[in-house]
Amino acid sequence: MKYVDEFRDGELARGVAEALARIVRLDRDYRFMEFCGGHTHAISRYGLEDLLPSNVRMIHGPGCPVCVLPIGRIDAAIRLAKLPKVTLCTYADLMRVPASGGASLMKAKADGADIRMVYSTLDALRVAEAEPDREVVFFAIGFETTTPPTALAVRRAIEKKLDNFSIFCNHVLTPAAMRAILGDRGGVEIDGFVGPSHVSAVIGLRPYGFVAEDFGKPLVVAGFEPLDVMQAIVMLVRQLNEGRCDVENQYGRAVVSEGNKKAQAEMADIFELRETFEWRGLGCVPASALRLRDAYAAFDAERRFAIETPSAKDNPACECGAILRGAKRPHDCKLFGTVCTPETPMGSCMVSSEGACAAQWTYRRFDARAA
Amino acid sequence: MSTIKAYRRKLDLLGRVDLSHGAGGRAMAQLIAEIFHKALDNDWLRRGNDQSVFEVGAGRMAMTTDAFVVSPLFFPGGDIGSLAVHGTVNDIAMSGAQPLYLSASFIIEEGFSLADLARIAESMGAAARETGVPVITGDTKVVERGKADGVFISTAGVGVVPDGLDLSGDKARAGDIVLISGSIGDHGVAIMSKRENLEFDCEIRSDSAALHGLVANMVAAAGASLRLMRDPTRGGLAATLNEIAQQSRVGFRLDDAAIPVKPEVAAACELLGLDPLNVANEGKLVAVAAPEAASAILDAMRAHPLGRDSAIIGTAVEDERRFVQLKSSFGGSRIVDWLAGEQLPRIC
Repeated sequence: MKYVDEFRDGELARGVAEALARIVRLDRDYRFMEFCGGHTHAISRYGLEDLLPSNVRMIHGPGCPVCVLPIGRIDAAIRLAKLPKVTLCTYADLMRVPASGGASLMKAKADGADIRMVYSTLDALRVAEAEPDREVVFFAIGFETTTPPTALAVRRAIEKKLDNFSIFCNHVLTPAAMRAILGDRGGVEIDGFVGPSHVSAVIGLRPYGFVAEDFGKPLVVAGFEPLDVMQAIVMLVRQLNEGRCDVENQYGRAVVSEGNKKAQAEMADIFELRETFEWRGLGCVPASALRLRDAYAAFDAERRFAIETPSAKDNPACECGAILRGAKRPHDCKLFGTVCTPETPMGSCMVSSEGACAAQWTYRRFDARAA
Repeated sequence: MSTIKAYRRKLDLLGRVDLSHGAGGRAMAQLIAEIFHKALDNDWLRRGNDQSVFEVGAGRMAMTTDAFVVSPLFFPGGDIGSLAVHGTVNDIAMSGAQPLYLSASFIIEEGFSLADLARIAESMGAAARETGVPVITGDTKVVERGKADGVFISTAGVGVVPDGLDLSGDKARAGDIVLISGSIGDHGVAIMSKRENLEFDCEIRSDSAALHGLVANMVAAAGASLRLMRDPTRGGLAATLNEIAQQSRVGFRLDDAAIPVKPEVAAACELLGLDPLNVANEGKLVAVAAPEAASAILDAMRAHPLGRDSAIIGTAVEDERRFVQLKSSFGGSRIVDWLAGEQLPRIC
């Protein structure tokens, strides 16, 4: 596959690994957080940790939208789906996330709630168009990458005069989560970040300025192919060795420093910052999520159906919270691989393929080093 | 005195299946005669009995049953009718048996297009003739609208196993080689490319095909060295090898670079966030064999048109944990797991 295989070339990877081995200083450790679950997935899938020097350690971050959604929001989605006339359209990953009391969207669907799995916001819009008697709610989740399509769906719904379409908005912001992790004083020690390229394709590099300026940590925005990640690690090591902390762009193929201005303008028009939002693992993080502006309140399912989203407790034995902060690894959790597996997930990190636990379980459970 | 000749209007293929077509009356008899018997025609069906009687030779027989609920019913490279024949024939053939006869039950949703039903029956008849395995008995039921999705087909098949051959999923041993008969993932990607909400343009056709000819070649070349064969359908190659690992209490080590994947399939999987190892096939087989027979079997496979792209993709190893592991061309190693839940495109 052209433009993909080049970035999975084993020989090049060995070359980069050798270069990395030459430049790492032996008198220190390098602890890098890959923020995004997509990177976690690539690292596990391609066995990248096998290629890293022993003093370079990757810490898995919270960048998995399914994983960071707190139970209270899933509970609310189930309540929404059970309302008369409501059809809840959702990405399929959310179906199996455990909610309070052993519930899940999958079980609610089996109980008779009208829940449909869709592949995009526009599919949900089509359902609303085709079935004017239903109240179609789109369960919107994700970071800055999935937010512009949700904004577009609202725009289209207005154009098409659809009054039976709304959004259950759970869009969250990458830089805010990073700030929360860096500001967590008893938290995990991090020497630098690998930032997600698809987020930066939208927001650019500037929103990460504080990582370098306020916290003195380097950040490299990287693509999702294994060689991209390797190269980003080399760039981070170089920065630390040279005593620098900059925001750098490894993914020049698509990311420019100002990002996608059109997408940003669309997002800014439709959404506004929430004062605070609960994240699984990080707790309530100020200015870390979006909701629809008052002008679009009719499209906001939370207001339209007066749905409350009280916080709910996780399974006490589940370590998803600590794992999402990078404070623990999947093997540190007593539930990992015993009662919690991708078939019977207890926590959200085991549900999504981008969750740290699912990636570890699926690709690397033979790896004793991770234990 | 003369009797009035019974009038029967020809089945209107522009029409739809209604409940009378399953009610046991004349309408049902007409549906069976004009669609199923016409398309699947053979000596057994012509006798019009509720069962068919056939001779059995000496030796052991293989029997299987299968159900087909594919959506969409028509897809690039096949349809539910041809798929039902191929799938059932393959399940028989994986024991090394020569498939002999099939049965087919149709569960049809009220309102289903008669023309589509005829098209499916004809495709099934064509597949049966081509493979030389006739459908010799069947059944038709019609259910109310909403109680089925168009048409479901349930089949059974029987075959006869050559003397001395005993293939089984528990026979893989450490050191054995693993072969695949061609590129993986074609069927699943062809189906997905036509799924509602997911439609994308691609040239990929389902690999749906009957593999008993290929199997006969392999048995003739090195039957005694064959441990087992299996067709990697739902769950793909990954599920099949994990099943065998459990049954045989071994692990497998695969070489990513050796596994054939068409570039279009690789690209579609990339786009949808899928792994070709988890994607269904309907015209491929996995074989495990003693290592000394490697080249004999590989040559026999490649000599058959359905095995032209056959490859040795790995070996069985001792492993109490029964892991299937893949050495990626990138250099690292990873587990190849069963898929949890539905196979789903990425969301971000």
